[in-house]
Amino acid sequence: MREEITLEILRYQPELADEPRLQSYIVPYHEDWVVLDALNHIKDNLDATLSYRWSCHMAICGSCGMMINGEPKLACHAFLRDYRHAVIRVGPLEHFPIERDLVIVMDDFMDKLSSVQPYLITQQKRQLSEGENLQTPLQLMAFKQYTLCINCLLCYAACPQCGLNENFVGPAALALAHRYNLDSRDGGKDERADVVASDNGIWECTFVGACSEVSPKYVDPAAAIQQTKISASLDWFKAWLRPGAYR
Amino acid sequence: MSRRPYIRSMKPGWWLGQRRYFVYMVRELTSLFIGLYCALLVIGIFRLSQGRAAWDGFVAALSSPSGIIFQLICLSFAIYHSATWFAVTPKAMPLVVKGEPVPARTIVAFHYGAWAVVSLIVLIAAGI
Repeated sequence: MREEITLEILRYQPELADEPRLQSYIVPYHEDWVVLDALNHIKDNLDATLSYRWSCHMAICGSCGMMINGEPKLACHAFLRDYRHAVIRVGPLEHFPIERDLVIVMDDFMDKLSSVQPYLITQQKRQLSEGENLQTPLQLMAFKQYTLCINCLLCYAACPQCGLNENFVGPAALALAHRYNLDSRDGGKDERADVVASDNGIWECTFVGACSEVSPKYVDPAAAIQQTKISASLDWFKAWLRPGAYR
Repeated sequence: MSRRPYIRSMKPGWWLGQRRYFVYMVRELTSLFIGLYCALLVIGIFRLSQGRAAWDGFVAALSSPSGIIFQLICLSFAIYHSATWFAVTPKAMPLVVKGEPVPARTIVAFHYGAWAVVSLIVLIAAGI
């Protein structure tokens, strides 16, 4: 007999019910299938009303983040073989409102992301005649790890602080702010500090470290935030020591 | 139809379900005992300022069975607290020497080394 595996999916259909409910689906088991393949099988063959986001199927678009047996994961990165002979429980990412089924509302994250100004800010405009804005491999190494973020939001789902305080800017946005602060071509650290070094910025982080554990691209937002805490503290002391800073 | 997003709230026992959150909460709890021990040191200084009899009473209280048990509990939590923080120092303080990142193990080992040296100085200063 062909082997099968059961998926229990948290479904929220606002036009039918006020609360989400679990619905079971039995799908064929394949060694090389990931949870996303199983969801696509359900959508194509069993229940066309199931909603979820996906695009690339290769862990680069960051669209298919969801809770898989309580752990934030990319559905395209979670093999069925790792859950063989068990029920796989699939739900939308924690700490986000549910739009429908496995689709979460990410508007709030987009606002937070833009609030840290995740782009190069130059204080003095370079002239074309100055040539390329060169960077050494060592200068690139300082921040390269933090450029790998794919905005999959797994870190927000793993972070209890994100769940406890909806105003917390959160791991990915703060890591990206750190990425630009560390960039030798950037001069926007002070502009970002209003958001980054605020109570809802780095100081809301209590270093649980879960964000770094779940990051599929090994971005390590926890490290970025702790480094920003040290940097912001030093900046504060420097400002405090400056003659006439506080009168 | 109009949008009707469903908002979930966190349950009070959210940290009990997964090992990583449980370990984190234990680490946070250790701060309480470190705070209590700091308060004990402040009381010690206060008793010292009150004269010899007060100080001797304070030392006697520390040497009592309950005093020793309290200090052992604080010591075990302080060791756990320190070890968890030493383990994450490479993340907070990455070092680059001559263009090469210093391995995480070296940074952690340096902290344990510094801890041993400081402990030794304290023990020598205390005349033990």
